[in-house]
Amino acid sequence: MGIEAIEKRQGAALVLPALLWTVAFFVLPFAAMVWISLGHLDGREMVPGPDLGNYLRIFTEPALTRGIWVSLQITLIVTVISVALAWPLAWIIATRVPVRWRRLALLLAVLPFWTSYVVRSYSWALVLGQKGVVMTALLGLGILDAPVQIMATRAATVIGFVHFFVMLLTLTIYSNLVQLSPNYARAAEDLGASRFQVIRLVILPLTLPGVMTGAFLTFVLCIGDYITPQILGGNNELTLPQLIMLQLGRRGDYPMASALSVVLMALVTLAYAACARWLKMERV
Amino acid sequence: MRFLSWAYLVALFAFILLPVVVLVVFSFQDGRLPVPPFRGATLKWYAEILSDRDLMAALGNSLLVAIGSSTVALLLGFMAASGLARVALPGTLAMRALLIAPMTVSYLIIALGLLQMFNAAGVGPSLLTTGIGHVVINLPLCFSILYAAMGEHQKNAMRAARDLGAGEWQVLALVSAPMLAPALAAAFFLSVTFSWDEFIIAFLLTRFDVTLTVEIWSMLRSGLSPKTNAIGSLVFLVSVAITVTLEFTLFRKARK
Repeated sequence: MGIEAIEKRQGAALVLPALLWTVAFFVLPFAAMVWISLGHLDGREMVPGPDLGNYLRIFTEPALTRGIWVSLQITLIVTVISVALAWPLAWIIATRVPVRWRRLALLLAVLPFWTSYVVRSYSWALVLGQKGVVMTALLGLGILDAPVQIMATRAATVIGFVHFFVMLLTLTIYSNLVQLSPNYARAAEDLGASRFQVIRLVILPLTLPGVMTGAFLTFVLCIGDYITPQILGGNNELTLPQLIMLQLGRRGDYPMASALSVVLMALVTLAYAACARWLKMERV
Repeated sequence: MRFLSWAYLVALFAFILLPVVVLVVFSFQDGRLPVPPFRGATLKWYAEILSDRDLMAALGNSLLVAIGSSTVALLLGFMAASGLARVALPGTLAMRALLIAPMTVSYLIIALGLLQMFNAAGVGPSLLTTGIGHVVINLPLCFSILYAAMGEHQKNAMRAARDLGAGEWQVLALVSAPMLAPALAAAFFLSVTFSWDEFIIAFLLTRFDVTLTVEIWSMLRSGLSPKTNAIGSLVFLVSVAITVTLEFTLFRKARK
């Protein structure tokens, strides 16, 4: 047996445990979930399918359909605002901050990124509450006459999300920016482009991979998050993950929770298909 | 332009750091509510969490799950990366795609799938099932970091070692691992952070012994309290400590 053949056999043996783990605890549970989503609940008994009843209900019952819309709207708003806020931040850190302070600036800009999302949402609940720091400051400065309700509204959910995803996008856009050769900007300036033209026509398009990678991650993590809308947004309007948890909690309706999860998965897959040509997942 | 840049930087830093600063400052609040006005500094809330049995047990559970699941994820990821990096196996691309796939799936879906599978198999929720879930989310991370770190010279060194008579495990432990030490450290610490901070998998897959984030979640139901600030600050501190360690290990690699 040649060295190649031996290496191949050993290589396969090394990959096998990880593959088995992924199949046993990721592929199999997912397949089981799809199967369960095709059954339904009769009283407390699970009746195996296959029938499409759950999916029919998702797209006909207003309470469920609305959840999909609410999730999509929030995710879209959050993604757009986060990109708009993060791009200038990443650009300033990459080009305006002196080199020796750059790493520190980046570290500071993403410091709370490493907090648990439960703790981060709780912190925003502290800040945005009726008696919180923001309201106290606004009232104290005379900008507002009476407290405004922010907590338990969509605004609170969006603020909490934007906070996290600005940090994530700053990371992906920054790592894209520092890889660009300064010659691009110089060449454009030599050819007579103004400073804003350089940014808009040269730098911005070149950072598209970083923006799209970040935007895709934002979409995936935002649309699948239960904690932020639950703690900050309250129960006035329910997002898809909140609906999923509601099915589990109240009636133990696993088939419906599974069907909603499959829909969530489908949305993420669609987003991936839309961004795929810009993504290099191995680099994340 | 210059002024505008600095103003923007300051404004965004304020936005990003505001909740963390408020969290930490009001963990020292000498009063029952963690909202302004600040009534003076006290350490009593920290004393209270340190003497809270449930919280400390949850903290121990979190550490156990984080370190245990990260070790397994690192080991599996390291083996898989070494296997795939050395030779072009048939279906290499498909295998890599499968190993990375869990990265693009919401934690909630992973948790729900596992919960239903364990239910069907008659396995009750526990720290072990949570650990299994955390390996699922951290394996793609470890694998892709280590796979990216393995270059051509890595492959040649492994071949040389084998030619000189090293056994398969000796090659991995004595040649590969030391060469990849910075990447291994990075993958391990990142995994620990993700597991330490993770909530939804732990929430659905634990019952009696819970992790710290789940315990904090149940504290939230009783409203705002400086005690929650204190434990939150502690969780934040641990994450930051790990990140700084990570920064340090990566720095060392960059300097070499």
